[in-house]
Amino acid sequence: MNGLATAPWLLAQQAAVEAPLISLGVLDLAIIVVYFVMVLGIGWYLKQQTTTGEDFFLAGREMTAWIAGLSFLSANLGSLELMGWAAAAYQYGILGTHWYWIGAIPAMLFLGLIMMPFYYISKTHSVPGYLKLRFGEASRGFAAISFAFMTILMSGINMYSMALVMKVVLGWDIHFSIWVSSLTVAAYVALGGLKSAIFNEVLQFVLIWAGALLVPILGLYEVGGWGGLKERIAQNLGRGDYVHLWSTLGSFQDNPMGIHWTGIVLGLGWVISFGYWTTDFLVVQRVLAAKDLRAAKAAPVIGAAFKMAVPFIVILPGLLGLALLDVKLMPEAEALKTGGHSYNEVLPLMLARYCGPGLLGLGITALIAGFMAGMAGNVSAFATVWTYDVYRAYINKDATDAHYLNHGRLCTIVGVVVSIGAAYLVMHFASIMDYVQALFSFFIAPLFGTVLLGMLWKRASPAGGFYGLLAGTLSSIGMWIWVRLDPGALAIVALSSHAQAMAENMYRALWSWIVCVVVTVAVSYATKPKPDSELVGLVYGCTELPDEGDAPWHERPAFWAAAVGVVFVILNVLFW
Amino acid sequence: MIEGGRLSIWFFVGLMLTIYGVMILGAGLYGLAHPPAVKLAWLHADLWWGAVLLAGGLIYLRAFNPYKVRRPSR
Repeated sequence: MNGLATAPWLLAQQAAVEAPLISLGVLDLAIIVVYFVMVLGIGWYLKQQTTTGEDFFLAGREMTAWIAGLSFLSANLGSLELMGWAAAAYQYGILGTHWYWIGAIPAMLFLGLIMMPFYYISKTHSVPGYLKLRFGEASRGFAAISFAFMTILMSGINMYSMALVMKVVLGWDIHFSIWVSSLTVAAYVALGGLKSAIFNEVLQFVLIWAGALLVPILGLYEVGGWGGLKERIAQNLGRGDYVHLWSTLGSFQDNPMGIHWTGIVLGLGWVISFGYWTTDFLVVQRVLAAKDLRAAKAAPVIGAAFKMAVPFIVILPGLLGLALLDVKLMPEAEALKTGGHSYNEVLPLMLARYCGPGLLGLGITALIAGFMAGMAGNVSAFATVWTYDVYRAYINKDATDAHYLNHGRLCTIVGVVVSIGAAYLVMHFASIMDYVQALFSFFIAPLFGTVLLGMLWKRASPAGGFYGLLAGTLSSIGMWIWVRLDPGALAIVALSSHAQAMAENMYRALWSWIVCVVVTVAVSYATKPKPDSELVGLVYGCTELPDEGDAPWHERPAFWAAAVGVVFVILNVLFW
Repeated sequence: MIEGGRLSIWFFVGLMLTIYGVMILGAGLYGLAHPPAVKLAWLHADLWWGAVLLAGGLIYLRAFNPYKVRRPSR
């Protein structure tokens, strides 16, 4: 998940190594320039088709399942995803794959089959918009403002991390990288809105695979396949736990991540994963742009199928780095002290190992595309939530569609400018990833409890929804402060004195979700629920789900979801 | 741009792959005479990867040629 991963990786420090890791030739630079021209050209072309608010904020709701599905996944393939998890794979081994499989696949399938019908038929423009329909204005306002805050900060972090990588890897000026990339994103999203973001995300998806696929292919060839890789890692590290997904999770001490399987299954696989994939508007917005209900249900299933393959271009290069690199990579702070290479450089190092002129430019362009996809996702989601759930709800209720369209364009520019400010702010923090993780557990985990109960339990009352969300958020913030003030509290929050930072994030999310659910249930029983007639189209049991339409079995989302589920189980067993 | 028609995203994908295919294939051909200083250079990854990108790009350009694809209904 974009930014959901913990660990002290990508954004650890703002200082960079003096000598660049890679130097690009004329051909490589030409490939990067072609990419920038292409994304700006798409934005300019799509401006002609973006004439209404529906076009700008929901891409006219005319996307096919494939386009919505690939965009859904690409918006998530941001900077932390590509560089961060490759680094984490070098640091923690194959355990990073959990963030792609159990930490994504079940939630994506659940979104497609169970939750999407409600988002789609309620015709909401946003997740906070759904909360307004289900629980009322207070829940919507709280969720909208916290989402806007989180999204802008994430966008700034994306921007800063890209600039940092460009500086470390290529020696580019950090200000140049921030301004060029952010102004490009601002231009194409402001011109074509969500449609432009989606078109570019599909383009970026293809580019990421085209640019990154060679590293695992050539790496596996060099190391002698999966068997050779395991053997080489065991030889280099003197331990075999870097290549097992589940067998080392029986206790906190037995794996490099210092985590227990309950934290992975309940904290990551249930709360954080379901919270992110089903309630973070950044990704849900892409599916809302689907042309009909079947496409909306199929899009997350298609996304899930590709998500299962992403470890091949992200985790595997990290493992190959462990097996093949002659240099030993180290934490960022240590690398800065000693002048060595950090974990974060594993993907660029592997690219430089195999890719000559041209291919190297393509690989670097793939990284830039990943950064820009994540940034555009944040900015377009921010513009929608701010326009519909803050500006239209509280500031200007009765303006024309053209006014909201112009306001959305303005919000895109403002969102980018504020993100740039956030990027500069981030430079002053030593380990911003900790704060990012905290933000996710503050806002995403309790929101999932609220949305889930809202959709599945008609007795949940408006007061229950609001106070549950508030209590979950405050409890998460409270636990975070508690551990910062008293590090010994980590053993209580994460249930073990051997727990490490990663475990704290997982268990804090789990506790805050539990608090949200308990408070929602308790307050709901003490307050008056909405009548069933007001819950039609919003809650299971009160809603007759619309028919997907006649389609043969091989075109039904449920069939493909089952197929993805089977492959998911097989993969987990294979790499047990 | 294209009179009466709307360009598909897949057309842009085809265009991008074709341009990159030509550039990387060109680098691969040059690399036959001047091999790059990378591991496994003898596999000429740029040559065959460039060819794959170019072939994929041409297939997409043909399949989503705006002069042949019917205008999608909204």
